[in-house]
Amino acid sequence: MSKFAKKKDGELPAVSTASLPDIVFMLLFFFMTVTVMKDSSLKVENTLPNASEIKKLEKKDRVIYIYVGKPTPEFASKFGSEPKIQLNDKFAGPSEVGDYILMERAKKSQDLQNVLTTALKVDKNANMGLISDIKQELREVNALKVNYTTYDGDAFNNLQ
Amino acid sequence: MSSREEVPKVNAGSMADIAFLLLIFFLVTTSIETDAGINRMLPGDGESVVIPQRNILPILINGNDELMVDGEVIEIKDLKELTIAFLDNGGEVPEGRNYCEYCQGARDVLSSDNPEEAIVSLMNNRETSYGAYITVQNELAAAYSTLRNREAQRLFKTDFTSLEERYLNEETSAAEKIKLKEKIKMIQGLYPMKLSEAERN
Repeated sequence: MSKFAKKKDGELPAVSTASLPDIVFMLLFFFMTVTVMKDSSLKVENTLPNASEIKKLEKKDRVIYIYVGKPTPEFASKFGSEPKIQLNDKFAGPSEVGDYILMERAKKSQDLQNVLTTALKVDKNANMGLISDIKQELREVNALKVNYTTYDGDAFNNLQ
Repeated sequence: MSSREEVPKVNAGSMADIAFLLLIFFLVTTSIETDAGINRMLPGDGESVVIPQRNILPILINGNDELMVDGEVIEIKDLKELTIAFLDNGGEVPEGRNYCEYCQGARDVLSSDNPEEAIVSLMNNRETSYGAYITVQNELAAAYSTLRNREAQRLFKTDFTSLEERYLNEETSAAEKIKLKEKIKMIQGLYPMKLSEAERN
């Protein structure tokens, strides 16, 4: 009997937390491998449209990004609510796109300069007018390879 | 016995906190990028060529995202079928120079001669929404890949898209890649994507 009494008196054994670091490290490594560092923070709304016929952009170092969309609420008071172009970290007009591409191209190594792709990350509510201007600029600096970056999904969801 | 008990254990309780800090740091500074999309080549500065009207499929999208193909207002969901019918028409007479042997279309003399000459002309308004534009681009890409898949099935008993996938796969050997490239080039030659985006305000 004394044995039982002794057990009742003893406190509940604490759950071992020794494996907690391992679990967290596992999560950490998962996120380190599936994500990439942000190179610029988005200042525009960027809900990409859906498409099903998509090709993956394989090599990160061969891509130049251009973002288009409405300025986010914190910038809306300064820059208005019309869709804007974001190059690196700042807003720009369509005429600055050409210079930006040339600058980014000059930063890349010689052998990559001819195989660069321009990824257009455009909000689905933007107008084609702005895109046409960008495309015209791209043609002028001979950056002809473009990728309209989209989410994987049904393209008919774009039309509401 | 007693001396063994006296060895102090390093407290590993804070290890979890440190790992959490690192985890949160990575969560904040990184993002899961979406890096897939529709690839297109923009036209360079070239001279204009006169193309017979029957070899052009004019697609117009207006400011209200309404679609007009070949003079008729249509729904976007019908676009793929119409494009396939146009590309696959093969209207050239059998004894003609550009007769398309593999086409399975209606062979209408008023539509495209053969897929190599068929051009899709996409025109949009400045007010057209980007979402509608991408939907149309997507449907056109779908039309081409349907036809290419069909030809790849006929010639190589596999899908064109899976040929491309295998070609882009890093694990594919160089020798196989050369073979795959030939096949891809051949199928692309049968249905070359000729998309013209004219300026229009």
